[in-house]
Amino acid sequence: MAEGNIVAKTGNEAMAEAMRQINPDVVAAYPITPATEVVQIFANFVADGLVDTEFVPVESEHSAMSACIGASAAGGRTMTGTSSQGLALMAEMLFIAAGLRLPIVMADVNRTLSGPLNIHCDHSDTMMVRDAGWIQIFSENAQEAYDNMIQAVRIAETAKLPAMITTDGFIISHGMEGINILDDQEVKKFVGEYKPEHYLLNFDKPLTVGALDLPDYYFEHKRQEIEAMKKAKAIILEVGKEFADKFGRSYELFEKYKLDDAECALIALGSTAGTIKAVVDSLRAEGLKVGLLKLRVFRPFPKDEIRDALKILKAIAVLDRSDAMNANEGPLCLEIKAALFDKCLNKILINYIYGLGGRDIKIAELKNIYSDLFDALNGKKIDSVNYVGVRE
Amino acid sequence: MSTDKKKKKLGWKELPECDLIIGGGTAKEFKTGDWRTKRPILLSDKCIHCMACWVYCPDAAVIVNDGKVIGFDYDLCKGCGICAHECPVKGKAIHMMPEKEAKTNDKK
Amino acid sequence: MKDFIEIRWHGRGGQGAKTAALLFGDAALASGKYIQAFPEYGPERMGAPVTSFNRLSSKPISLHSAVTNPDVVVVLDPTLTDTVDVTEGMPEDGIIIINTEKAPEVIRKEMGLPDKMKVYTVDASAISKDTIGREIPNTPMLGALIKATGILDFNEMLKDTRKKLEKKFKSKPDIIEGNIKAIAHAYNEVKS
Repeated sequence: MAEGNIVAKTGNEAMAEAMRQINPDVVAAYPITPATEVVQIFANFVADGLVDTEFVPVESEHSAMSACIGASAAGGRTMTGTSSQGLALMAEMLFIAAGLRLPIVMADVNRTLSGPLNIHCDHSDTMMVRDAGWIQIFSENAQEAYDNMIQAVRIAETAKLPAMITTDGFIISHGMEGINILDDQEVKKFVGEYKPEHYLLNFDKPLTVGALDLPDYYFEHKRQEIEAMKKAKAIILEVGKEFADKFGRSYELFEKYKLDDAECALIALGSTAGTIKAVVDSLRAEGLKVGLLKLRVFRPFPKDEIRDALKILKAIAVLDRSDAMNANEGPLCLEIKAALFDKCLNKILINYIYGLGGRDIKIAELKNIYSDLFDALNGKKIDSVNYVGVRE
Repeated sequence: MSTDKKKKKLGWKELPECDLIIGGGTAKEFKTGDWRTKRPILLSDKCIHCMACWVYCPDAAVIVNDGKVIGFDYDLCKGCGICAHECPVKGKAIHMMPEKEAKTNDKK
Repeated sequence: MKDFIEIRWHGRGGQGAKTAALLFGDAALASGKYIQAFPEYGPERMGAPVTSFNRLSSKPISLHSAVTNPDVVVVLDPTLTDTVDVTEGMPEDGIIIINTEKAPEVIRKEMGLPDKMKVYTVDASAISKDTIGREIPNTPMLGALIKATGILDFNEMLKDTRKKLEKKFKSKPDIIEGNIKAIAHAYNEVKS
């Protein structure tokens, strides 16, 4: 068993625990399944006096993000949590949070978007707001969700960009696992005190936030935001390294699992990456050179780094837990293809859409994907986009 | 931002980040005088210094010194005419003069 | 026991199948295992058939797919066997533990279970009524599960559960003692 303070927690409990230790100034949130527990448990911490946070219960997610924007602009360390339709209702304000460069941190529990009405996991919600200017970090399990929340505070505040940490709805959010919880003081030290350079409640230095920005200046401000997203990559790596040095768990832009000598590999986000690891282990035992690239950071998209990591591969399958509704590839596959377009097109690249609305992805299905890749290498024609686990 | 044509616009590397406008009272730097088609002229002999124009002016363009209205800040005044409309003096102590005419007078 | 086992709990909405999986996972964690505990989520309906799951291993568990081939099945409500295929996906030599007053051989015959399957029964409903005063079969079934599988040290598990109950029911010592007794009774009374 691993060392340290191991406790049984669901993904939601783990994220709430991280929030307790971060002790933000303001949390504004509205409940939605399967993210409700994150802020519900946190509200208990507030009621029990375990945190100093001003908790703002609001009447909608649009208001939740609006309150977060106000609180963050005022100078407070600000957090929230939501999912799916809630994230959709926030969408308008998400762009504003990013455009005003406010380092809000959100627990985002991945759930599909209705309709048809469904409350289960896929990545449509997070993908819907992928161009909103938020850093997006996916978690494989409850431990990563906890660790990512703590790192996100530092990442967001250094990058001056908001960040969402995602977990897979129900699979991680409601699944209990043993996780290593850090000491309260260690977390406090790691996240440090939030000291914004400019903030509205600094009466000595008055400030205007969110002024009208017409064609003569808007583009310059957007260019700054783009630059911030470019620089965020190095910040994420730096914070991840510091976290690894202090606490022993390593975090980068993505995780290479038995990839360095692989011929065929899968690329996936979130909890499915964990299941794929088990599949890789079992196929490796059979002598097959297979691997996995588990993408952790979707925004900013680590294009160059991914291209380098995939260089030696012959065949790649990209797993998308959402569809871009473009009648072509899913959103992750499009990004991977764009990354490879510059220098390494001589690969087999196949897209698999899976797990929509909480449909389970099975070991056998993942094994079939690997065998598709080997078949394709042997000249068999495989469709460029496939739908796994759907009844024909 | 200022409509001053001579002022060089900063690039994205030089501008303060996040579209923040740092400092208070920055509206003063935003010259709106060139929006004006009519300008208020103070008729000092009629003015009773009631401060109605000062209260109503949406741009804080009425210049007051020692309790007396002494004129208008034409860098800020947009020429809306509210001051003249609200002036309670019979026959009005503020006259709205077309800019063209005022400019001709200025040249004289 | 194998190094990696999967357990499926069958109950009815409100009977505590989810809580049982969480309690068991928590106790297994305390004894040094890597664990997962998760329910299958549908609409919350009192009385409707529900399932929950555990994974236990001595190594980290990265698997996050559903449990489809459980090594062990625990049935909290015997009436479920009429409507739900509680043995679905089980290996022939799997372990099934059923809350019923009937003997294992009677159940084996009634349900047509294979000879190799290890069948255990315990009257968890009666035990919970005697010890806790209410029909809550989930805690006694924990005792039966440990006896049947030998997967955890019974005394360690009892100690850990007592600690957790003490936290939750600070002002109700009767509930703590009742639950502890229920687990011990079921551990001793489970039949094979």
